Amino acid sequence: MNQRDNGPTSLPVSRDAGDDPMVAAADAHAADPQPPTAAGAPSAPVPAPSLRAMGQSHIHESARAQVAGAAHYIDDLPEVKGTLYAAPILSTVAHGTLNGVDAAAALALPGVRGVVLSADVPGDKLLAAFAHDEPVFAIDTVQHIGQVIGLVVADSVMQARRAVRAVKLDITPLPAVLTVQDALAAQSYVLPPVFVRRGDAAAGLASSEHRLSGQFEVGGQEHFYLEGQIAYALPLEQRQWWIYSSTQHPGEVQHWVAHALGIDNHAVKVECRRMGGGFGGKETQAGHLAVWAAVAANKFGRPIKLRLDRDEDFMVTGKRHPFAYDYDVGFDATGRITGLKLQMAANCGFSADLSGPVADRAVFHSDNAYYLSDVEIASYRCKTNTQSHTAFRGFGGPQGVIVIEAILGDIARALGRDAQDVRMVNLYGKDASEGRNVTHYQMTVEDNILHALLPQLERDADYRQRQASIAAWNATSPVLKRGLAITPVKFGISFTATLFNQAGALVHVYTDGSVQVNHGGTEMGQGLHTKVAQIAADELGVPLARVLVTASDTSKVPNASATAASSGTDLNGRAAQFAARNVRDNLAAFVSGLDTCGAGAIRFEGGQVISPKNVRQFDDVVKEAYANRIQLWSDGFYRTPKIHYDKATLTGRPFYYFAYGAACSEVVIDTLTGESRVTRVDILHDVGHSINPAIDIGQIEGGFVQGMGWLTTEQLVWNDKGYLATHAPSTYKIPATGDIPAHFRVNLWPEANREDNVGGSKAVGEPPFMLAISVYEALRNAVAAGRAGDAAAQEAPVVLTAPATAENVLKALGRLL
Amino acid sequence: MTTPHRPLRFIRRGQPVVLNHIPPDRTLLEVLREDLGCTGTKEGCGEGDCGACTVVLGEPRDGQVHYSAVNSCIRLAHSVDGMALWTVEDLAEDPLIQPADEPAPRVTSTTSLHPAQEAMVQCHGSQCGFCTPGFVMSLFGMYQRHVVPIQAAGCATHQPITREMAQEDLSGNLCRCTGYRPILDAAQQMATLPAVAVNEPLLLQKLQQMNESGPAAAPDSSYIAPTTLPELLAARAAHPGAQVVAGCTDVGLWVTKQHKQYESILDVTRAAELRQVQRDAHHIAIGAAVSLTEAFAVLKAQWPQLHSFAARFAGLPVRNSGTLGGNVANGSPIGDSMPLLIALRAQVVLASTARGERMLPLEDLYTGYRQNVMAADELLVRIVVPRPGVTEALRAYKISKRFDDDISAVCLVINLDIDAGMVRHASIGAGGVAATPARARQTEAALTGQPWNADTVHNAVQALQAEFNPISDMRASGAYRRTVLASLLQRFWLESQGEDAVSVENFRLEATV
Repeated sequence: MNQRDNGPTSLPVSRDAGDDPMVAAADAHAADPQPPTAAGAPSAPVPAPSLRAMGQSHIHESARAQVAGAAHYIDDLPEVKGTLYAAPILSTVAHGTLNGVDAAAALALPGVRGVVLSADVPGDKLLAAFAHDEPVFAIDTVQHIGQVIGLVVADSVMQARRAVRAVKLDITPLPAVLTVQDALAAQSYVLPPVFVRRGDAAAGLASSEHRLSGQFEVGGQEHFYLEGQIAYALPLEQRQWWIYSSTQHPGEVQHWVAHALGIDNHAVKVECRRMGGGFGGKETQAGHLAVWAAVAANKFGRPIKLRLDRDEDFMVTGKRHPFAYDYDVGFDATGRITGLKLQMAANCGFSADLSGPVADRAVFHSDNAYYLSDVEIASYRCKTNTQSHTAFRGFGGPQGVIVIEAILGDIARALGRDAQDVRMVNLYGKDASEGRNVTHYQMTVEDNILHALLPQLERDADYRQRQASIAAWNATSPVLKRGLAITPVKFGISFTATLFNQAGALVHVYTDGSVQVNHGGTEMGQGLHTKVAQIAADELGVPLARVLVTASDTSKVPNASATAASSGTDLNGRAAQFAARNVRDNLAAFVSGLDTCGAGAIRFEGGQVISPKNVRQFDDVVKEAYANRIQLWSDGFYRTPKIHYDKATLTGRPFYYFAYGAACSEVVIDTLTGESRVTRVDILHDVGHSINPAIDIGQIEGGFVQGMGWLTTEQLVWNDKGYLATHAPSTYKIPATGDIPAHFRVNLWPEANREDNVGGSKAVGEPPFMLAISVYEALRNAVAAGRAGDAAAQEAPVVLTAPATAENVLKALGRLL
Repeated sequence: MTTPHRPLRFIRRGQPVVLNHIPPDRTLLEVLREDLGCTGTKEGCGEGDCGACTVVLGEPRDGQVHYSAVNSCIRLAHSVDGMALWTVEDLAEDPLIQPADEPAPRVTSTTSLHPAQEAMVQCHGSQCGFCTPGFVMSLFGMYQRHVVPIQAAGCATHQPITREMAQEDLSGNLCRCTGYRPILDAAQQMATLPAVAVNEPLLLQKLQQMNESGPAAAPDSSYIAPTTLPELLAARAAHPGAQVVAGCTDVGLWVTKQHKQYESILDVTRAAELRQVQRDAHHIAIGAAVSLTEAFAVLKAQWPQLHSFAARFAGLPVRNSGTLGGNVANGSPIGDSMPLLIALRAQVVLASTARGERMLPLEDLYTGYRQNVMAADELLVRIVVPRPGVTEALRAYKISKRFDDDISAVCLVINLDIDAGMVRHASIGAGGVAATPARARQTEAALTGQPWNADTVHNAVQALQAEFNPISDMRASGAYRRTVLASLLQRFWLESQGEDAVSVENFRLEATV
């Protein structure tokens, strides 16, 4: 019987879990009792069987509040008396000289209090961003349509927005760089190019049996968090500040606000209970809002709320980086790559933001799961007059993975081999024995499970038989063509900037035995607080309901890294575990004194404290310990071991471990119109020993569908003036309910993380996003089946611009006149 | 000089709520969040495309309560006057939502979530939670419309909500976290939880009490909502400056996105004559204020092949608020109703107090981009659709980036009367290819009187591509639109030849094995 049935809810987390041995096995492992903490089991009274929180599909800690409309987001908080509202003044020109701002007409409108411009910034007029290249408000030039020039402040948000329409901008247009090709031609970069080489790509290519070359482009992606960007800045006494920010990185918001106001970090407290979605879009971008609101609040001496409406959010904030690729690949008769030259050009927008590490991660992931013996990668970080592109789930990883998967798909086509066989022959070795397990950035792949995982998915999804039946079906179907593809993912876990891989937490045990946890991570729906509560509950051996995780707050845990890079649970969960362990150790020492036994013989489980002599209720022990002046709270600190890398050469061990997975997707296309549907998806994904299977499956399904959107319907269109024409859900289409195939099955790989990670788990936030590349490959296979032309033409690469809208599919088919 | 604002009254949690001084252009979401402090309902987009702001309205109709999930962000607050209103905060609190087996107020406790909420919790349907209130309300609307009647009828074995129904009815609610599978599961699961239902007799009584008490709205208030056609036309003539609204699913965006303000609003949806559907042997007449949901139900009853086309028209909350007459009168070149109605050879009836009624073919209503022949004192009052002859074949095609809840890049509706191998009559409406919804007259001419064969189709394709010069925009290039016009006519031809697997819409994976 499935272990999950012991959980708080007996409902399966996947529709297929009940009859699925892989999921059941994963759960069974996850619920395995921990090894005894000390030798010599107690001979004293046997306590009730423990119910561990980890490994169970507990509901999200806020689910009940969310379904009742009782979960607060920043715009829902009761407002402080005197609050004013701001709306941004946006550049209407992609590149130009800002000569002046005439707000007279706006100021004459009812309720308008004033405007805020660059001159009102008391501290540094440039944001405290990575490259220090972005103004708080445009100073004397504007660099994209939608750049924030200032704010109008009014008594209501609609008054402020209406008044913005009355502001007149005097801008002299300058030539604008709008495409990545123009940027490459003009050598317009936000950061210098980076080159990574291993072996001799030129020689490898020259001696290859076969060669292919090509170019293609992959579009960007709007985050479309349902809760738009928002900040609420409250001036406190003595130049101190309380900032409510919907942010993945409260520490950075704190730093940026202090920097712009010209004050110390300690005077700024940033709080975030939850975000209505983040996906990377609130990693740096939330900082802008907070700074703008704080500068306005500073000017008016009043609390200021700044909430972007959806169109402003699209126009102002950065998105996933669009990429353009140019490749030259050599391979042998089996499809094994023997040489690769790859150019990746990232459209970074007008400033660096996180483009450096994003483009780095694209370089790190352009191998995906495959050994590249002789490879040369050129990475260009192009500056264009568009929004400054930023972090988005995968952080460049997807843009790296898709190019190698596309190359392998085309190699398979060129050779007439099944793409799955070509992928298998290119995989990293299982171990060092083949000499094929060192990446192009000199990290040894020690945990490759794909040699087992991919064949397992192939069997689960009935891949070979379906590939054959689809080929037969396509031969008889003149208009509709089906495509099927499996793609794997191997995603490196850790911030590539080693310093960010640290975390802190506080665990407070109160005298009634209830537990409060605070950590440096943020909750954006991914279930971080739920998992951290599960970890802390098990460490203290108390029921999950006794543990409460509170709002992220820079005045509780300082200097916390962004909740990003999928690392939230790995870092903060471990820090919370260590904090709880400290409290537990204090209590164990206390009880060991009472029972005159070793502290190591004390166990904490099921709400009880068990020594060889006595079983006590946890709450009673806490009360007694308090009375005996024992510290009932502690901090915890964690830093990821083993990692290091050289930023200059992009070599080293940037990642603690890899998370793996694979997906098998089937699609159908209409060769007359280019329309497509995803008809079946099977996923086998590696989360190690799951801390919460329901939450992990939620991340896998949600990540997959978001990736599917990136590659199918989500098209950002900038016009020839640099104006983003798709700036609302009426024109920018994320997946909807109807896009989910009836057969959408997710299984979990049962093996624990081979590295020592919290609960044996693996990170899950980003890796599943890249599983959706199977949809892109399936679409290209369907296009290949539908192309006109002779046999030679059938072997040519399929050039499908992503997203694969109906128009782009028709273009790939060669049927768009 | 300011015109007085009439009071706004609705039933919430079993009690009348009376609000004074609400401006006519204030949205329901603003009233909820800012005036009443009910922040459970969220703003995700402010244009009715994401569903985070979904609330449910209950309207007394023919002795029953009619439930509809609507977008509160683009709904004018005054439009809910006289109705019952539920927000996400109300489901666990409303004393009128009672156990189905013994109607009595539930005992309020932490476990008293509505089945729509409880199913979302159990299925792990919320992650960030921001879209959740909207989904819960759409689920509540589905629960009242689909689950309660079946449970009341005692059909224990019947599955009230299928996955397909859930996908269609929830397509106007966007979620960015879950990938929807758990939410679709919740939609099906809620029917298996302990049943509850709105106590309708009690609610109807309360609605009647509220609507009969208190002063009727002054005719010259800032929000004018006459209840009869003569009064409506008189008001139209008397208040030429008033912004006419029906479901407000477009005008709402002028308020929220273009930040327009309206001193005075004329709401046509309360006029009884405009809410009627009249059928005779030859025609179906749909009142201009009949909602898109109901209008499509009427059309689907006559043309079942329109099911998918109707389901793909916006999302359910927009179809529940929006009206067929509003879509036609607004005259957007990318509205999907008009190509359909043109192909159906529909006529529109315009009316004024001064000159009475006049009827004209729908395509003649438009004179240019969002311009029409209506006089300042005229209103569109109904749409008259002729019933089909036995040899008519109708197909409605839509091309959009996203399958559901998207605006067409191209919409092509083809209605051919093919008798004994000859095209007797051709009627083709096209959207997205010109400044107005258009009839493809040259294509019709190329078809009419010709034998229905590949050569004729080839000629018609040439005519269709020559007839329009579509623009390029963010939805598609002109070249794509032109190409796909031909493709859709080709699809019609193939379907007429019995080819069933020629569109992804009709593709079923199960059918391939």
